[in-house]
Amino acid sequence: MSATPTMPPATAVRPSLPRNTWHVLTRELRPVVRDPFTLIFSLFQPLVFLGLFGPLLVGQSGAPAGETLQWFVPGVLVMIVLFGTGATGANLQYEIMTGSHERTLVAPLARSSLLVGRALKEVAPIVVQSLVIALIAWPFGFQLNLPGLAIGLVLLAVFGVGLGSLSYALALATKDREWLFWGVQQALIFPLMILSGMLLPLDAGPAWMRAVASVNPVNWVVQAERALLAGDLANPVVAWGWLSALGLAAVGLWVGIRSIRRSN
Amino acid sequence: MTTHPIIETHGLTKHFSVKKKTVEAVTDLTFQVAPGELVAFLGPNGAGKTTSLRMLTTLIPPTSGTAKVVGHDIAGEPAAVRARIGYVGQLTSGSYAQRARDELVYQGLFYGLGRAAATRRADELVESLDLAGFAARPVQQLSGGQKRRLDVALGLVHAPTLLFLDEPSTGLDPQSRANLWQHILDLRASHGTTVFLTTHYLEEADRYAERVMVMDRGRVIADDTATRLKADLAGDQLTFGFATPAEADQAAGVVGRLTPEPVRREGEREVVLTAPGGDTLLPAALRALDAAGLQAVRATGVPPTLDDVFLALTGRSLREADQPDADEPAAELEGATR
Ligand SMILES: Nc1ncnc2c1ncn2[C@@H]1O[C@H](COP(=O)(O)OP(=O)(O)OP(=O)(O)O)[C@@H](O)[C@H]1O
Ligand SMILES: [Mg+2]
Repeated sequence: MSATPTMPPATAVRPSLPRNTWHVLTRELRPVVRDPFTLIFSLFQPLVFLGLFGPLLVGQSGAPAGETLQWFVPGVLVMIVLFGTGATGANLQYEIMTGSHERTLVAPLARSSLLVGRALKEVAPIVVQSLVIALIAWPFGFQLNLPGLAIGLVLLAVFGVGLGSLSYALALATKDREWLFWGVQQALIFPLMILSGMLLPLDAGPAWMRAVASVNPVNWVVQAERALLAGDLANPVVAWGWLSALGLAAVGLWVGIRSIRRSN
Repeated sequence: MTTHPIIETHGLTKHFSVKKKTVEAVTDLTFQVAPGELVAFLGPNGAGKTTSLRMLTTLIPPTSGTAKVVGHDIAGEPAAVRARIGYVGQLTSGSYAQRARDELVYQGLFYGLGRAAATRRADELVESLDLAGFAARPVQQLSGGQKRRLDVALGLVHAPTLLFLDEPSTGLDPQSRANLWQHILDLRASHGTTVFLTTHYLEEADRYAERVMVMDRGRVIADDTATRLKADLAGDQLTFGFATPAEADQAAGVVGRLTPEPVRREGEREVVLTAPGGDTLLPAALRALDAAGLQAVRATGVPPTLDDVFLALTGRSLREADQPDADEPAAELEGATR
């Protein structure tokens, strides 16, 4: 019984960012492929907002349900990214604590691939979950504009890559202190959500809130999604949405890559 | 031999600062390991074994000192070191969310195998490390010993020339432990792999390691083959029992003339001594006693263990040093030396 019959002669492997990123990405997706139901389960929160908060909005605005959904669903899609992807660092934190992250740090992988692969993986749940929500809202009067939806999903994905990278960076910074991770995460996510006008319009809010919202990238992504999903592809807010999402992705990846390079 | 050492450290030191206090985890580690050696780090909890391995595997930078691993500097060329070593950490290597076999395949991909080769290699390890019963299950659902077997399999995927194992056999049942060792020995036989491991199991270090480095409080305090450590630092314990206290009194004198080691009385009728080369001393003593007209009714010779070595070196037994807060020797030394 030999332990190693099919091994090639021991040669040193060189890290390669594209190849390593691909492997990290597909490995991260593995549990989802094995058990796709986990994706649907995490839809619970957006469904609650759609099902319980949606009717309140309809009641309050007095507008037809379809019109309210057209305003609300884009916000719910951004919420999926904010809460799902914003929390994804917890998975890395768990791997830091249980030990498997350490194994990958000793493997001949480009350090940055460990972050980039994970961040890119976030695209999958974002796209699947957004489509499910859009399809659920459809029979209730939500209009599906296919080109708008397609562009909107790409925008969400870019935004998610940035937010996911930041979440991973937070996990790397807080290491085994779970309470710190969740404390910081919650302290950021909720103001970002409320100040994005995702749930309630900010028009009625005080001037300072509107001022803060105008520099909140989440706000611009929400507005861009509203325009895109309504088929208003040429609306200038779309450009602002892209600028915000791309900016966040650039900053997120930069911060994330720096953190993983320095982590030990 | 003109081969270069596969591990070479000079004054390797790691100090952590925790709340303004300095923890001297590892101090001034200087040693060399030749290719193909099987070295065991033996020491109580907190001795600095894991910290040493984490420095050598590029996971943490040393506070001071240098090390070359497989010809590359751990600080200057960490990527080159990583490409040439394998590491099984003290914690769980498999991600809890992943299935065991998927982790093996991806480990192969991480180490540069193609998908077909990685799959084949995963299947081989599943077979040879007897993981088939749970390979399709998520790591989270495995028992402690099953997780450990997967950890070891992950470390073996790319058959590294130098393999670091941090307490590989902790939590394994005797059969899995024997199986693990069979693997490590096979790997050495077929690839000349250098194995550097830590263990709490004295018997394991004794039986398998060609070289034992005893570590305590961040320092290596002895470094030799288990046999020589025991011969030099401990010794066999010989016990002679007699029918009457008077005979035991006389016997102490007779036996004492055969060896420079002190001869003790234990109980009324027993004579005890600890001496190197007990295997030849025992029959010689029995002949001398016979010649003096003294009949031993019982005689035992117990070879030393590495625990005796640790006791001789530190005044503490490994077992009690492993207890938290066991900085002073426990009150009942009785039995602690076995
Ligand atoms: N990251 C860290 N921060 C602070 N102190 C640390 C850190 N890692 C280890 N130490 C301390 O360094 C010392 C050596 O720890 P190490 O983990 O190397 O011991 P060990 O010999 O592996 O012990 P065990 O047998 O329990 O695994 C201990 O006192 C430990 O508390
Ligand atoms: Mg340890």
